[in-house]
Amino acid sequence: MAKVKKISEFLVRRDEEKCIRCQVCCRMCSNDVHTYVEENDSILSDNLKCVGCHFCEEMCPTAAITITKNPSEIRENANWRKEYIYDIEKQAETGGVILTGMGCDKGYKNYFDHIILNASQVTNPSIDPLREPMEIKTFIGKKPDKIEFEIEGNNMLIKTEIPPQLELDIPVMFSAMSFGSISFNAMKSLAIAAKKFGTFWNTGEGGLPEQLYPYADRCIVQVASGRFGVNISYLEKAAAIEIKIGQGAKPGIGGHLPGEKVVEEISRTRMIPEGTDAISPAPHHDIYSIEDLKQLIHAIKEATSYKKPVGVKIAAVNNVAPIASGIVRAGADYIVIDGIRGGTGAAPKVIRDNVGIPIELAIAVVDQRLREEGIRNQVSIITAGGFRKSSDVLKAIALGADAVYIGTAALVSLGCHLCQKCYTGKCNWGIATQDPYLTKRLNPEIGAQRAYNLLRAWSLEIKEMLGGMGINAIESLRGNREQLRGIGLNEIELKILGIKHAGESW
Amino acid sequence: MKSRYVIVGNSVAGINCIEGIREFDREGTIIVFSDEEILNYSRPLISYYLAGRLNEDALSFRDKRFYERNNINLFTGTSVRKIDIRTKIVYTDKGKYEFDYLFIGTGGKPIMPTISGIDKIKEGIFTFTKLSDAKKIKSFIEKEKIQEAVILGGGLIGLKCAEALLERKISIKIIELADRILPNTFDHLASEIIENKLKEKGCEVIKKNTIEKVHARNSKLKEVILSDGRKIKTQILIVGIGVLPELKIVENTEILRNRGIIVNEHMQTNIPFIYAGGDVAEADEFISEKKVVIPIWPVAARMGKIAGANMAGENKKYDGMFAMNSVEFLGIPTISFGMTNPPDSENYQIIKKVDVEKSIYKKIVIRDNTIIGAIYLGNIERAGIITGLIKNRIDISSIKHLLSSDNFGLLVLPEAYRKHMVKGEGIEV
Amino acid sequence: MVKNKIIIREEFCMGCRLCEIYCITQHSKTKDIIRTYKGKEQKPLSAIYVEESGHISFAIQCRHCEDAPCLEACLTGAMYRDEKTQAVLCNKEKCVGCWMCVMVCPFGVIKIDPENKRIASKCDLCTGSNFPACVENCPNEAIILVDENGEKIEK
Repeated sequence: MAKVKKISEFLVRRDEEKCIRCQVCCRMCSNDVHTYVEENDSILSDNLKCVGCHFCEEMCPTAAITITKNPSEIRENANWRKEYIYDIEKQAETGGVILTGMGCDKGYKNYFDHIILNASQVTNPSIDPLREPMEIKTFIGKKPDKIEFEIEGNNMLIKTEIPPQLELDIPVMFSAMSFGSISFNAMKSLAIAAKKFGTFWNTGEGGLPEQLYPYADRCIVQVASGRFGVNISYLEKAAAIEIKIGQGAKPGIGGHLPGEKVVEEISRTRMIPEGTDAISPAPHHDIYSIEDLKQLIHAIKEATSYKKPVGVKIAAVNNVAPIASGIVRAGADYIVIDGIRGGTGAAPKVIRDNVGIPIELAIAVVDQRLREEGIRNQVSIITAGGFRKSSDVLKAIALGADAVYIGTAALVSLGCHLCQKCYTGKCNWGIATQDPYLTKRLNPEIGAQRAYNLLRAWSLEIKEMLGGMGINAIESLRGNREQLRGIGLNEIELKILGIKHAGESW
Repeated sequence: MKSRYVIVGNSVAGINCIEGIREFDREGTIIVFSDEEILNYSRPLISYYLAGRLNEDALSFRDKRFYERNNINLFTGTSVRKIDIRTKIVYTDKGKYEFDYLFIGTGGKPIMPTISGIDKIKEGIFTFTKLSDAKKIKSFIEKEKIQEAVILGGGLIGLKCAEALLERKISIKIIELADRILPNTFDHLASEIIENKLKEKGCEVIKKNTIEKVHARNSKLKEVILSDGRKIKTQILIVGIGVLPELKIVENTEILRNRGIIVNEHMQTNIPFIYAGGDVAEADEFISEKKVVIPIWPVAARMGKIAGANMAGENKKYDGMFAMNSVEFLGIPTISFGMTNPPDSENYQIIKKVDVEKSIYKKIVIRDNTIIGAIYLGNIERAGIITGLIKNRIDISSIKHLLSSDNFGLLVLPEAYRKHMVKGEGIEV
Repeated sequence: MVKNKIIIREEFCMGCRLCEIYCITQHSKTKDIIRTYKGKEQKPLSAIYVEESGHISFAIQCRHCEDAPCLEACLTGAMYRDEKTQAVLCNKEKCVGCWMCVMVCPFGVIKIDPENKRIASKCDLCTGSNFPACVENCPNEAIILVDENGEKIEK
């Protein structure tokens, strides 16, 4: 007997006193939830179609709409959440892999919420960021083992050649989100904001669209397993090149952009025929060992005359520490570690929610291992994977990160409400879609301003927190675990993180 | 040295000439001569006056403050008798006045046909061009308690008069020479729709006919006799068969004229400091690219404006207007543009949409892939878009099939033109 | 010189028609959106036209042209230019419904009231309030207000 799913995830509640039948909700919903019925001047809302993106709620001129969770209850069951029951229902119906979007939403402990920051008092004065200079500038790239210099009169000349560096005005960059997974307008918003603020953005594995060449000087380009859009111009225009081995949302597997989304512009940017599926295989088919990776890193450096930093991005998995060590020895200038809470446009839900480790733990162990091996200076470490606020950023830096990539947070600043339906391509906010009717809604002027504002707000908060700690340069916080204390963490957790528990002191 | 401007004619061409001058010259003196006694009124509104819908004060289209603000010396009830081009002086019945620049906007005078017996009639025959005509008709109707009238002419003048009289519950007979009413404005179908409406309202329309003779009794009109011999008893006959440019003022001068005063693209006559505009002028017509008289309000306004600006030293060009009319008949709004009834040839393509029952008719005339004429009858929403398409000679070949649709708007227009319009900078028409 | 102008950027128009809703509200008696739409009084027509086809859409209203043909074409002087804002306005008391303005407006943005024989609706740049309602409420800045130098005026 075929069963049809009838219990919706969300309920649309309409306040009839306030609804003026303007039909903005009917027009605007890409999932066709609302329909105006002319005969009796009413609006019917199909709860089943609602994905909970809240676009209609925010567009409604009289705030007449509320989107709520469907209160329809199953018998209380700690092991069987509603979600698990629905997933089985869906699989019984379709026999397919359940897809999802954005980052892991399961309640694995978020260690950032169990770490607190220090502040200075009495023994070490705090610093007022409004009155004294506060340096949050960060350099990404290989640092030399030692510096040779000579003194000539009053001048100090540095003889050591410094490898190529990226200069960031804030230790935050926009994470890799491909053109194809997000719309052109979304990408443009981030590109403009990054350039204006003085940080960098990342093309992801979808190539660099021609219209964004003016922002290429602040762009990090990815060489992923599908090698989409990789040509010499791509490498030459970029500020840095990133070899993508893995991604926190779906470690170990590749990517898949369905053919319907490979429209003309995507086809041109990715250098694949229109309408064909864009498949990124799980491994790079020319990287089967660490030696292969070393060859690719050097090939890219050779092709770009050693003028740009070349990094490698991996997902945070069980043995992330030795993997990172191997990547350093392979010659990378920086490593990106993407934790389990990293976002994606489309991934099998079971992988997203069950594979990988939280970035907080990953950065701690990688930083520790590289220091122990005496090779920490040979790479910068960039962390990614669900950073929600500026305090998360600072805690990651204190645990050893050089900088942080934000993906989900950047999209939220553009309007994303984390409905996790990116893979449908019907994003009402114009972010995770290629439908020109929907992408119009994201005005890059407005988007860029919002993303810029986010960076600005976080930079001010970072300065406040640093000043509170009595630190006036972000460099002094890097790996400075003494500034952190755990709360409600057990011994092994504290040991892995390398921090004391709140209450302990020197 | 302040320029001295003299303007003959206080209607739309003259007023816009003033505005054209004052935009660029606030110092020069402006004198306006009007041979009518009233401060200012809009001639097309006389049918509203006759119908009783507007009283005399409501007929003005500029008020006293306009003349004060613009420093105008207005002489009403004053006729200009002579123009001396050599000495640059106009002679009026109130004195002579020197000018540096002269604008002639004397408008049109009604055409009087030769009708036998007309000289014997002192009462009962009227024209319908000026306010004084309307006033005379009004008092005559009221005095004689007129219940029936005959109108000679089924064009715009005749029909507007008929409409006004119908509103006063007077039954009308219209005599038209052509085989349909509004022969110069509409095609057969549009004329038919209006004719049916007239008949509904109790108006008899007699086509392919005219008045040959009139009979009087005691010098008052008694009856009219048509070409086919038919006799119609009537106390009132209104002659509204058309207007001719009022050229009296340029007789015995070297100012070149044909049907009207000939003007170039700057609105100048052959005498460089003498300009003309409005119903009296003959200027470039946009579609035929010949010189014609177009006695239409917005055309007259545009001519006056350009003439005024150029008199004040500017170098504006008049790139030609075309015939266009907006006139409502008995509740049916109509707008027509350009060539509404093209010759039967393959050079002309016609797009049509009709609903005779609802009196809705839309017709677009195309030549060389551009629109050169249109009729909107019944539903005139957004008709003005056609003006831009004609004026800019937009190639509409890609959207021919969309022209007749009800929600025809800017969005379907060829992309380059649409983007230009939507850019929102205002027009360059 | 027209002082402030509304510029249309069709690439950002979502077709939501909030501009129409707020235009109507702004020109209503109560200026309150719920009371205007749910009240008994006839609500005014919107002065802004939203045109939409596929994914292309834009909202257009009177351009308050510098060389406005409707001003020339008006038989009664009902159309006039406001001295302060340079907007082209219509004095409905004077309007007799000759529709000359409808005939000459190449944007076709004048709406008629055939029953009462006068113009039903034409943008008045919301003279009398600080900011045009359509611009203020467009969620995506598809219509913006610019000054005489073409600089965007922020809400």
